[in-house]
Amino acid sequence: MTIKKFDTQVQYLEYKVLREVARHAWDDTLVGSFDAIAGNIVGDKPTMRCCIYKERAIVAQRIDMASGGHKDNPNVIEVLNIACDGCPVGGYQVTDNCRGCIAHRCEDACKKGAITFDENQKAHIDKEKCVNCGMCAKVCPYSAIKDYQRPCVEACKIGAIGMNEYDKSAKIDNEKCIACGACVYQCPFGAIMDKSYILEVIDMIKKSENNTKYKVYAVIAPSIASQFTYDSSLKLGQVVSGIKALGFHSVVEAALGADMVAYNEAAELAEKGFLTSSCCPAFVSYVQKAFPQLKENVSHNLSPMATISKKIKEMDPEGKVVFIGPCTAKKMEIRLDTVKPYVDSALTFAELQALIDSRNIDMTSLEESPLDNASYYGRIFARCGGLADAVAEALLEQGVTDFQLEGISCDGIEECRMALLKASKGVLKANFIEGMACVGGCIGGAGCLTHGPKNKLEIDKYGKEAKEKSIEDAIKHFR
Amino acid sequence: MKISVCVGSSCHLRGSYDIINLMKENIESRHLEDKVELAAAFCLGKCTDGVSVKIDDEIVVGVNKENFDQIFKEHVLDVL
Repeated sequence: MTIKKFDTQVQYLEYKVLREVARHAWDDTLVGSFDAIAGNIVGDKPTMRCCIYKERAIVAQRIDMASGGHKDNPNVIEVLNIACDGCPVGGYQVTDNCRGCIAHRCEDACKKGAITFDENQKAHIDKEKCVNCGMCAKVCPYSAIKDYQRPCVEACKIGAIGMNEYDKSAKIDNEKCIACGACVYQCPFGAIMDKSYILEVIDMIKKSENNTKYKVYAVIAPSIASQFTYDSSLKLGQVVSGIKALGFHSVVEAALGADMVAYNEAAELAEKGFLTSSCCPAFVSYVQKAFPQLKENVSHNLSPMATISKKIKEMDPEGKVVFIGPCTAKKMEIRLDTVKPYVDSALTFAELQALIDSRNIDMTSLEESPLDNASYYGRIFARCGGLADAVAEALLEQGVTDFQLEGISCDGIEECRMALLKASKGVLKANFIEGMACVGGCIGGAGCLTHGPKNKLEIDKYGKEAKEKSIEDAIKHFR
Repeated sequence: MKISVCVGSSCHLRGSYDIINLMKENIESRHLEDKVELAAAFCLGKCTDGVSVKIDDEIVVGVNKENFDQIFKEHVLDVL
């Protein structure tokens, strides 16, 4: 890896499998190519696991996921049970930092009598009695007691990850999972993945015969402005050209859909008086699963992706639309009956990188193509707070003065839960909830190549570059 | 007659919304609503020569505010 395209080695490994699967798919040689792909990724000696046989078995599971995953599992997020290392489920444990002090605050704090001391005064926790309340950890002056959770469990703030008893591998509760992909990004062994639909996209492009049979449109999420920054010479316009070089007819900003959503959502909010956003599919899914009593308060607008795709299909009913973004939950959203007619497939930025490299497209050598459909406000949907800003602007542009927007922008699913909890009890001091399941908003999505501290600034900068400065100007010809 | 104005990024930056406005104005002032269907299209594939406009099966490129009247006359009024 000469240029670091990803945050982690796990992403890089998943990318390599996607890229190899794509290469064979373009050449129609995927069937029977397992050995070639496995040989390409696993060398003569093991570098990741106990032996090359296990490494190859895991590659086989990754190839399955790159090829669409298990059809019988309705979730797009799946555990690769061989890849899962079955991390210890320790809960609270006493570490070496315990100095064997004589105060024994931990013992006093424990209401269950689970703490005992050895001959050196060092604390021990009786796991039979411990209920993981964490009180001992809080009072220890040396921070010597630590909560050891599996990284996937720690990542999943809505508690959708459990464990299979037979092999201790992680288990996803599909009734709770909202497909946000937090566990996908956090698992240090790459044992949880989102299903990939690169094969259907490749097939769609090939059968279009250079966009003569039908046209294939790429709808690109605004968070792209924070992506493909690994090479400072690579311009966004060259990434757009790269997408076209893959065989897409045209690249359209999902942010234009966001402009339309902001405009309509402002009117809906003024009419109904209380609303939550509907842009983030993981958030919407969370409301439906965890707060069904608030279901009717979710904006009835389609998401920006679905909204702009609907417009594209109205203009070109034969066309195919592929969404490309930072999001694993979009892969669930496109299966909804309300969205299915408009969006044919969804890719992540990581998958886009794999597709581009599978065709050996050197983006830095391409001419720049412009990407400019949306306004500033549509573009800043990609970061937390942007949606609420856009709705405020839309209220202003529509001359709504008798309604005072009091928005709360929830940064990550934990903040969403707090706001929804308050709303369900009728004590939320806000009339609009902007719900973003990923911390930071879409720029924190699991399907991003990289997650950096400057991403928010990149989004605002990209927003300011838009030709259209108001929502009204961006959407006036589409209403 | 169906007229589609390209609203792809290149044409948008070259002013396709101005062309849509001129189209709307002309269609309205000449009472052509029954004869002309005005639409938008995401890219007519002539990105370097915009603004592109598809008039039935013909693609007219390089449309701008200055040459609009002449193009509208030649490709729309004279054909109708």
